[in-house]
Order: sequence, then C-alpha cells, then structure tokens
Amino acid sequence: MSVITVENISKQYIIDHKKGKGGTTLRDVLTNNIQSIFGGRKQQQELTHEEFWALRDVNFSIEQGDRVGIVGHNGAGKSTMLKILSKIIEPTTGTVKIKGRVASLLEVGTGFHPELTGRENIFLNGALLGMTRSEIKRQFDEIVAFAGVEKFLDTPVKRYSSGMYVRLGFAISAHLDPEIMIVDEVLAVGDAEFQKKSIGKMRDNSASGRTIIFVSHNLTAVQALCNKTLYFEKGMLIEQGETNEVIASYLSKVSRTQLVRQWDTPEEAPGNDLVRFRRVELIPDYPEDTTHIDVRTPMKLRFEFWNMMDHANLNLSMHLNSLTGECIFNVGTRSQPYGKGLIAGECTIPGYFLNDGSYTVSVMIVKDTVTPLFMMDDGLTFDVEDYRAGIAWYGKWPGYVRPQFPFEMEMMEPVIS
Amino acid sequence: MYSFSGGSQLYNYTTAVADHLQLSSVLKTYETIIQPGRSERHYWRDLWRNRELMWILAMRDVSVRYKQTALGTAWGLIRPLSTMLVMVLVFQKIAKLPGDPGVPYPLMILGGITIWTFFSTAFTQISSSVTMNANLVTKVYFPRLIMPISAVAVSFVDFLVSLGLFILLAIYYQFLPDWHLLLLPFFILLAILAAFAFGLFFATINVRFRDVGQLIPFLMQIGFYACPIAYTSRTVANEWWYPIYILNPMVGIIDGFRWSLLGEQSFFNPQSLVASVVIISVCLVLSLYFFRKRESTFVDDI
Repeated sequence: MSVITVENISKQYIIDHKKGKGGTTLRDVLTNNIQSIFGGRKQQQELTHEEFWALRDVNFSIEQGDRVGIVGHNGAGKSTMLKILSKIIEPTTGTVKIKGRVASLLEVGTGFHPELTGRENIFLNGALLGMTRSEIKRQFDEIVAFAGVEKFLDTPVKRYSSGMYVRLGFAISAHLDPEIMIVDEVLAVGDAEFQKKSIGKMRDNSASGRTIIFVSHNLTAVQALCNKTLYFEKGMLIEQGETNEVIASYLSKVSRTQLVRQWDTPEEAPGNDLVRFRRVELIPDYPEDTTHIDVRTPMKLRFEFWNMMDHANLNLSMHLNSLTGECIFNVGTRSQPYGKGLIAGECTIPGYFLNDGSYTVSVMIVKDTVTPLFMMDDGLTFDVEDYRAGIAWYGKWPGYVRPQFPFEMEMMEPVIS
Repeated sequence: MYSFSGGSQLYNYTTAVADHLQLSSVLKTYETIIQPGRSERHYWRDLWRNRELMWILAMRDVSVRYKQTALGTAWGLIRPLSTMLVMVLVFQKIAKLPGDPGVPYPLMILGGITIWTFFSTAFTQISSSVTMNANLVTKVYFPRLIMPISAVAVSFVDFLVSLGLFILLAIYYQFLPDWHLLLLPFFILLAILAAFAFGLFFATINVRFRDVGQLIPFLMQIGFYACPIAYTSRTVANEWWYPIYILNPMVGIIDGFRWSLLGEQSFFNPQSLVASVVIISVCLVLSLYFFRKRESTFVDDI
C-alpha cells in the first residue's frame, strides 16, 4: 500500500534582486512609489524578478514500512520537498496524498524554550510535533530515560549541554507514534553511543510498520538505515530505487563536478598583466572499483598559468580549505627563475589523508618568495565521501584529516583460566 | 459570522463522512491532501485539533514572562498601581479635573487602566505573535491562528491581577457593585475582540514590514490619552467633536467596563457602545480574512 503519493510537485520562488537580505521596510516601498507618483527620477535600481524553481515536476510514491533516504547536494531541493510533505510550505503546483499521521523532525529541539525546564519542554515540543497531552504523559518516563536527563528534568534547558539538548530533542520525537516520520539531519550531532541508539530505534520503528523519510549528507547513515533512496539534483528527482544503486550513481555524478576549470581566452581567465591562469584541475587516481573520490582516493592538483614577465623567480602556494573556510594546510613549490611562457605545477595528495567533507582549493602565484602576484580563491571545489570497511559505527568521523598512521595492538599477557 | 465559515462547515461534514469511511477500513488513519490553496478546507478542524498546542504555547508565554525576575508576578501589581498613583496626582490633584460624581477618583482611574492595559497588551502581543514564533513558523505546520490566540493569555493573567487590585481598592472605599456587574464579561470579551480586530492585521503586516514594531508603542501612547482613562468621558461629552470622539471603539468599551463595575454614577453613553460593536465587527472580519489570505506565505516572508 502506498502511503505517500507525490504528483507533479513544483515549488517556485520569485527572487527580488534589488532587495537586500535584511527584510523590506515600509519606507522602501513608500519612497519607491512616491517618487514615481511625482514623476521624479525613477531610482528603481532595476527591480528584476527572477523565477527560481526549487522543485520541478517531482513524482514518486512511498510504500508503507519503507525507509526512504533523500540525497543530493545543498540546494537540490531536499529540504523543500520535506517542508512540502510536512505542510510547512505550499507547493506551487501538484498534489501530495498522505495516508496517516505525519510527524516531521526537521531540527532537533524545535520550539524548545531556553527558559523552560526539561519537563516543560517535553510537553511543548511534543505538542508541536502533534502529540496529545495524554500520549506525552504515557511515554514521559521512557522519553526521559532514553535521553538520560533524569537529574536535570527541572533545570531550564538553557543550562543543558548541547549533547543533552540534542538527546532530549531526539528522544521526544523518537517516541512519537506517527505512521510516517520525517527526519532531517539529526544524526550529525550527538555522541556515538547515542547515534547507535537512535538508528536502532528508527529501525525498530520501521519494523513495526512505520514509514521513515530520512534526509542526510551522511551517506553511510543513509546506507545503514534506508532501503530506498531518492536522488535530487537542481530541484528535480533524477533517480530513485534501491539505496545501493542510487547512492553509487549519486557518487559517480557528484564527484565529476567542478574537477576541471579551463579558460580559453585570456580575457575571462583569472589573473592580471603579469600572470594569468589557464587551467586548474583535480585528477583523482581512483582505486580499481570506484568512480568517486572517497577517503581512500589519492589525487593530483594541477595548475597551469601564463607568465608574462621576462625573468622572475616564481613559486606556487596552495591552500586547501574546509567548506567553512578554515585552512587545513598550505604547501608551496620551490621558487625558481622562469621566462615568458606557460608554466604548470602539480601537487599530490595521498589517499587516506583527507577526512570526508567538502573542500575548496585556493592557489597563489608568488614572486621572489615574498610578493604575491595573484591569488585565485576557491579555484576548485570537491567532496570527499566517506568510506569505512568493517566498522559498524555510522557517526561523523571527527577531524579534518583521516590519516592511517601505524597503530597496532597486541595481547601482552593472556590470562589462562 | 465570517464569509467562509459556511463553506467550511459543509466541508467539515463531508470530511467527517470521509473520515468515517476510512476509519472503518484502516483504524485511526486519515488522508491528507496537499495542494496549492487547499489548506483552507481543513483549517477550522485543524485549529480545534491543535487546541492543546494553543494551551501549551499560552502556558509557555505565561511561565516565561516573569522568569529570572526578583519580583516575579508582583510586577503585574506594581505597574497598574503606580500608573494609577501618578494619574491621580497629575489629573486630580494638579490639573483638578472633575471625576464622576459619587465615584472615588482612584477607582475610576484604576478601572480605566485595567481594561486599557488588557487591550493594549493583548493587541501588542497579537501583533508580534507571528514574528516572535518565527522559528516555529519555518519548521512546523499548525494553523497559524494558534499564535495570536495563545498570545492573549499573558495579557489576561495581568488583567486578572489588575482586577484583583481593583477589588481590594473597592473594598477600601467600601464601594459595592450592583447588577451592572453581570455585564462585565461582555465588555471583557469585546476588548479581546478589539485586540484581535486590530492585532491580526498588524501581525500579518509585521511579517513583511518590521516597522510595526516601531509603530505600535507609539500608537498605544497616543491611545492612552485619546481614551477616557485618566479622565471621564463626561468631561468631553458636550464638546462639538464628541460624536467623532466616540468613533474610537475603545471609548465605548472603557466606559462600559467602568459602568458595569461602578454602576449608574459612572458615565456611559450607549451610542458609543454601538459604534464600538460595529467598528470592531467590521475590522475583525477584514483582519481575519487578511490574515488567512496571507498565512500560507508567512514562511516565505518571515
């Protein structure tokens, strides 16, 4: 029996380009209109409206008891789809039919009020998720035990550690009893023990017939939990089916984006009168059976640029940054004398070095080891996917790097009984 | 009462039948259909289903109101009491304005302050209710009217405290109410409806234009003097602009509220009440319609 049927769902946003992000004030609207009434110079700085389709003609259906993962890049429409399913936003076109009660867990602890105690927040949050007072009362002890916050029930949640906060939030929603549960990125937080408990709880739930829709960037968790997967790209559902197949094709498509950038004419190439880039490229050295970059993959970063100076001591300096902008490392070539011409530099990053995550590469051309001639920010962007073998833990692997240093263990003195 | 309630009742009936048919096949299961513009149909049913949420949000606001204050609920007493003392000093002792004959001036003022503060707090809370709950609007679905409705609770608690203060003062002056008191709930209800009639409109505007946050304290300040709070309407009843004065819907409510507490000696012109009822009904219907119309776009604009 299909419990969710989605037909031709689209969601359009009109983006107003003049508008700043701080929200409109009445004054902006009034002054614009008054000026045009009095025929004054129209200062309307090209009020361009752009149509943006966050979702376009999405069709799928979900069977009862399915655990469905939704994967895709940021801005692919995953969250919009979830918000439509949970009735927060209205679609522009299309129909969704849902059989059964839906509870969406879009962010842990939604509606928690910092001044209220844990006890009060359980009732508040439960009511927001659609539980009745008697349902919450019945499960109260279980929720508290699951979250492990017995001692802090009468403490305002603003005094909770972030771990306790998340555990309480998840515990409440895990004890919801809807037929359909929507989960967005909750496992990214919380310690390993709690993640294991959460995944276990969700599996139990679906064994008892509950349908789960799960959005996560953590592909390992999707693989562990979901039997079906939907893959969104630029607002369109481009693939759906068995989790393993969809994720494999997602990975192969994802990692081919933005691995090469080449500028054919000097006008559009980044640079200045002295130096100008021609091509930057990331060349992965895939192990035999893979087609995407994961933590195992060694890769080369290649930079080609024109030098327009007759004699100059040049070197390249490369920054590898996390998506949040922190520099993970910086390496440079030796400084050498070069004449006019096309120069190439290549850096090798070994496999088992970067942790899974998104990275950007910035590169700088330096003269005489002290004078930066040109810096290209975010020249390349790439993702490193997770890979682990023989590990039953699905939490986010901590750290920026994930080296495999020699680390062995042995039995020193067996106890013979 | 509202233009759309007839349709929704009819729909409620048909969904009830549909629900029943489904209940017989799959226990406790109901079907939701999401379509552009469709949320209308289940609205009033959803509102009722979410009444517990409404209550919990109201309780949240009430219990958070005086958290981490040393005096706590005492603030609910201090505010009306000190306002009353200042007003008595300024209007009775210094400006020497005449009060209603036979009514102690402080009682008259406290009556006015009590109902006015109730209206103005409720109105202010309703106006900011949607934006204050922005984190919920963007993450959870529920009929958005729940926010303004639950926002009234805080002002009602303060109102009860202030009314208690009035009773104590009445005992002090040995002032006994008469049968007029039976009409008190009507005037309280009218004040709530007035708060909704204007508040829902501003709550909707506030989502897009935060100017409302600047405008409302200012409006309330003007209102304090434009309404018969620190003085009695008797003082202005013979002015040529009196007919315009009573077009302020709060005049009828304040005078009526005092009249039901203090009896016949307190000035009350039934015409002003008629004006109040008419203006409030019209504004309420329009505001409600406006709120419902814009509600589905709150999440995009907030």
